[in-house]
Amino acid sequence: MKPTIAIREPVVDDLMDQTEKILTEEQIEKVINEVIDQETGVRLQTYVNTCIHCGLCSEACHWFLSNDRDVSFAPVTKVKDTIWVMLEKKGKVDAAFIKRCSQIAHTECNVCRRCGMYCPFGIDIAYMMLVVRRICAKLEMVPLYLQDTVNSHAATMNQMWVKPDEWIDTLQWQEEEAQGYVPSARLPLEKEGAEIMYSVIGPEPKFLAQLLGNITVIMKVAGLDWTMPATAGWDNSNMAMYSGDFEVMARVERLHHETAQRLKVKKIVMGECGHAFRGGEYDGPTWLGWMSPPIPIVHAVAFYYDLIKSGRIKIAKKVEGPVTVQYPCNIIRNAGLGSKLQYIMNAVCEDFVDLIPNDRHAYCCNAGGDTINCGPPWKKIRVQSAKIQSENFKRTGAHTIVTPCHNCHSGVEDIVDGYKLGMHVKFFSELLIEAMEIPEHLKPKEE
Amino acid sequence: MYEFVSGPLVWIAFIIFIGGSLYKIYNMLSGAKKDITLFRHMSLKHSLASLVHWVIPFNNQYMQKRPIFTIVSFAFHICLILTPVFLLGHLVLLDESWNISWFNIPDKVADWMTIIVIAGCIFYLYRRLTDPVVKNVTDGSDYLLLAITALPFITGFIAYHQLFAYKTILIIHILAGEIMLIAIPFTRLSHMLFFVFTRALFGSEQGYWKHSKDW
Repeated sequence: MKPTIAIREPVVDDLMDQTEKILTEEQIEKVINEVIDQETGVRLQTYVNTCIHCGLCSEACHWFLSNDRDVSFAPVTKVKDTIWVMLEKKGKVDAAFIKRCSQIAHTECNVCRRCGMYCPFGIDIAYMMLVVRRICAKLEMVPLYLQDTVNSHAATMNQMWVKPDEWIDTLQWQEEEAQGYVPSARLPLEKEGAEIMYSVIGPEPKFLAQLLGNITVIMKVAGLDWTMPATAGWDNSNMAMYSGDFEVMARVERLHHETAQRLKVKKIVMGECGHAFRGGEYDGPTWLGWMSPPIPIVHAVAFYYDLIKSGRIKIAKKVEGPVTVQYPCNIIRNAGLGSKLQYIMNAVCEDFVDLIPNDRHAYCCNAGGDTINCGPPWKKIRVQSAKIQSENFKRTGAHTIVTPCHNCHSGVEDIVDGYKLGMHVKFFSELLIEAMEIPEHLKPKEE
Repeated sequence: MYEFVSGPLVWIAFIIFIGGSLYKIYNMLSGAKKDITLFRHMSLKHSLASLVHWVIPFNNQYMQKRPIFTIVSFAFHICLILTPVFLLGHLVLLDESWNISWFNIPDKVADWMTIIVIAGCIFYLYRRLTDPVVKNVTDGSDYLLLAITALPFITGFIAYHQLFAYKTILIIHILAGEIMLIAIPFTRLSHMLFFVFTRALFGSEQGYWKHSKDW
């Protein structure tokens, strides 16, 4: 089979370039065969032997569709250029090949699982891309910025090198901010036996701290018994899950769940993040052999749905004008929260304009699955390959795009900038805080 | 020659086909046990739901986006399976040897069904040669599999209409059928066996484990 012709602008990625120089072919062969023999089992073999090379998966992929149907971006091509060669050559490949594998699997695929829904046989191509990532990670062939977040997870148990005192300080600062709206609001730290442990991803304390203030207000208005940990284990994000470093992934997930167990809470409610839900609900417990989380995890979308539906939070004034939404793959296609997201959007927006395609068929923001964490070197092609979703946003004519996921939020901001859409990008909680009713007795007293 | 290909070789072909298929499936299932998470992600209900939803034409996104492919593929696969099993000519042979028989389809219909299979193969060949994505992932083996699939039907058509060299064509037809049977478990034609399992796994992961749907 002839190699695929892939034309790409050269990208300088210091870690990948460095790794390419030092990797030996013996190392590569050993790791590829180890992963394929010991970690993939028959699943990979069956997928490869069942694929009839029909190319139908290409129609699913936003990379393929956004790049004028460039063959080198089609899902089946990504498998051909990585797994097929590894299997055919029994791991005897060179460092340049592994670098290309990392480029394909880490920077040109969001493991969004949309292609699986287009395969007549249900072959999970994203799974195969994760196998490629696993091999690359074991060979330390990972984009620099992504590896930096993994190192942060390994060293600090959070994604953004947030130090313990900074974490506590940020929470206390946001508690004060929240008290500006609702003076009796509290952000309870380390409250053992609370009903809910609220966990967030590293970027929230780092540069989106207002979201912590928002949830403090929402929890007070809803009258819930909640807490946040003051120790490591507060970060539910997991970039190691995406780099392929599953050992670090497991440490992060284990600590997150054990922190909830230490606090003796009934459930974990998490902020608006898709991959964190995937890690906490599925990939983490599976790798750890638990299968399901020991303490139930509730994503923000399902949490807000319950609050609004039950009337614990009442909507005073809906957001005016057309508003649309980005459906995060990891909570919609891969967790079935689509109709709940539509419900809460309709609840807080006067004019919710849906996307086409929507729900589990919606396109990825092209930032998820780690691609945005690959950093500035890989940004240009990432934004260029989100063209199809930019057109979908444009069609809605909305003034605001709601993104109940951090990766989507940053990715959609890049889309809005890159394609000059002139739209605002907001988390759902930012809309909710504006729209919800704050009962009289909770409001600040006029002096 | 005719006696050999229509006698012992048929036995050999069916033994390899059935034995090989069972072996392959057994191998897959016993290998799958090593992956402790795999079966725990599966549910019968969601496996069946996925299978049912995917054998209904135009019931998912890709089929709606590719109407011609969908129609050709359904017609092709239905005719591919039904024609040889319910062909009068085949049933007569079975009746003569084992004295068993079942419902047959009229020869005229079977003739058209054969043409549909051949046309389907031509369509797939055309796609392999012209669709850039498919062309890029096509190698000799894909053409070979297409030839293995088409040959029994082409020769069957010629033999039925007795267009030329009846006896020779008939022998080639039987051989071609036997080659196809033998090839199924050991080539990517095994999607006939495995699609049920890959579908079931993805359907279960999406439906049972992730509370979503895969169609």
